[in-house]
Amino acid sequence: MNVGLHHYLFVSFMLFSLGLLGVIMRRNLLVIYMSLELMLNAANLALVSFSRFNNKLDGQVLVFFIITVAAAEVAVGLALIVALYRKRQSAHVEDLTSMKL
Amino acid sequence: MEQINNLLSASNVTDVLFYVFAALTLLCAVLVVANPFSRNPVTSAMFLVLTIISMSGLFLLLHAFFLAAVQILVYAGAVMVLFLFVIMLLDLKEEQRRRIKFFGLAAGLVSVGIVVSIFVKALASVKTDAAPPTLEGETYALGKLLFTQYTLPFEIVSVLLLVAMVGVILLSKKKLE
Repeated sequence: MNVGLHHYLFVSFMLFSLGLLGVIMRRNLLVIYMSLELMLNAANLALVSFSRFNNKLDGQVLVFFIITVAAAEVAVGLALIVALYRKRQSAHVEDLTSMKL
Repeated sequence: MEQINNLLSASNVTDVLFYVFAALTLLCAVLVVANPFSRNPVTSAMFLVLTIISMSGLFLLLHAFFLAAVQILVYAGAVMVLFLFVIMLLDLKEEQRRRIKFFGLAAGLVSVGIVVSIFVKALASVKTDAAPPTLEGETYALGKLLFTQYTLPFEIVSVLLLVAMVGVILLSKKKLE
C-alpha cells in the first residue's frame, strides 16, 4: 500500500491531539507552551501534505509564514512568562488564578 | 522494465522511511507531553527538538526541501534555544503531581473527543484516487512565488517581526524609576 495523503493527515491529527492533551493535562506553563508548538507543527505538516498532493505550492508559502509568525510568538510569549515569573515566582498554572471568579 | 523496478523499489524505500519518521515523530511527541520517567521541562524540550527533526524528515519525503531546512534552522535552532534559555533562567523545579480535579479531567476528555471526531470525519472525506504528485518544493520555486504573488504578506511579516522584537524588549526590561 502506497503512502498517500491519508497517512500524512493521520500523523498530523495525532500530533495535534497530543498537543491538545498536553495543553490540558500539564500544569507547567513552559510545557504547555511546547505543546502549543506541537499543535502548530501539526498544522504545518497537514498544510505541506495538502500542498504536495494538490500540486500547488501556496500551502508551503503559508507554512513559511506560519514558521515566521511562530518564532515571533514564541519570543513574545516567553518574555511574558519571564515577566510573570518575576512577579509571582512561579510558572505553575494553578498558582496563577487571580483572574478566576 | 528495469526502470519500473527501480521506481518501485524507490517508492518502497520512501514508504519505509515515512513509517520510520512518523513513528519517531509520534513517539517523541508522546514523550514531550507525558513522559513517564521525568516531569522535567528540559526533557520535554529535548524531545521536542527530536520531534521537530523527525518532522523535517517527513517534510523531505513530501519534497518540501526548503521548509525542511527552515524547520531545523528556525525551530530546532532558534526557538528551542530560546526555550532552553528561559528554562535555565527560571530555574524551574520538577512539576509536582497534584490531584487531578474531576471537572478539569472531564472537560479535557470531552474536548479531545470532539476534536478526534472532527478529524475522523475529515479523514473519511479525503479522496484517495488522486494522481501521483509531481510538485517539488525547491527553494527556487518557493522564492519566486514569495517575491511575486506573496510580496505584501512577506513585507507585513517583516514588520511583525520588528514589532515582536520591540515588544519583547519592552516586556523584559526592568522598570526604570
